[in-house]
Amino acid sequence: MSDEPTSYASPTDDPLYRVHAMIQFTPQAKALGMQVTRIERARVWGLVPYREELIGDPETGVIAGGVITTFLDTLCGTAAVAAMEHPTTVATIDLRIDYMRPATPQRNVLAEAHCYKLGKNVAFVRAVAYDDTPDNPIAHVAAAFMVNSSNGRKFGANLRKKKS
Amino acid sequence: MSETPQQRVAAAIERIPYARFLGIRAELKGDELTLIMPFSQHLVGNPLLPALHGGVVGALLEVTALTQLAIASKSERFPKTVDIGIDYLRSGKPIDTFARAKVVKIGRRIANVQAEAWQGEKTQPIATLHGHFMTPDVDEA
Repeated sequence: MSDEPTSYASPTDDPLYRVHAMIQFTPQAKALGMQVTRIERARVWGLVPYREELIGDPETGVIAGGVITTFLDTLCGTAAVAAMEHPTTVATIDLRIDYMRPATPQRNVLAEAHCYKLGKNVAFVRAVAYDDTPDNPIAHVAAAFMVNSSNGRKFGANLRKKKS
Repeated sequence: MSETPQQRVAAAIERIPYARFLGIRAELKGDELTLIMPFSQHLVGNPLLPALHGGVVGALLEVTALTQLAIASKSERFPKTVDIGIDYLRSGKPIDTFARAKVVKIGRRIANVQAEAWQGEKTQPIATLHGHFMTPDVDEA
């Protein structure tokens, strides 16, 4: 269990509150309806509500693989940030997803992510997606993130014309 | 309805609700497919740079790989994904993104596919994908 305090002087000190704010500032996470439901040091839990718009196979009603990709990429990044003493930005280096079974139609997709190694430059995160219990997984993910990815890059850096 | 199976597959993408959610469009020249994901504000993952969400770039690559495989195996059904690996090379700018896939091998049960996404210049991909998929029309694992 967590050894984090359970009450905070200000709501903005609460890591769950900060993560909610991060999600609300991420247009694609918001568009998916993604929620973070629980947070501990280096671990986060979240969900994406089932919605017809997110269906990948109209015949079965199964949610698209891309939804799982985006959800788990975001959740893994959040776990990396949750592992930090002083939160900074992260950027995905690579993401590997193994699919065990299709998500059950009409059910929310749940997931938990764990940053099992936070290095100076790279954070390693694993996650599992499921719709009932984690021992009946939809997908497993292993991801690596650049730590402090915006190092030196200014706001609006991608709006300027420059050779990448 | 379109005429060839390839055209039907390309049209099928546009019937996938999630592809519509991302705004993905397909262009088919011969048997070579290019998927286009026009920029839209809801695709952003980092509003400060701003940059596309890595997840949607990964999703575009996966849909491209699935569709190219369906075309290569002359199937009108989308294959099932076994695993995918995505390498992120550059941050996605707030402009249109393109993707193409190459079917490396179609085995009896599993197919190996690679895909690339780019923006301004095709020689400067923003992300690549390699994946394994159940060969279409093979029963589940």
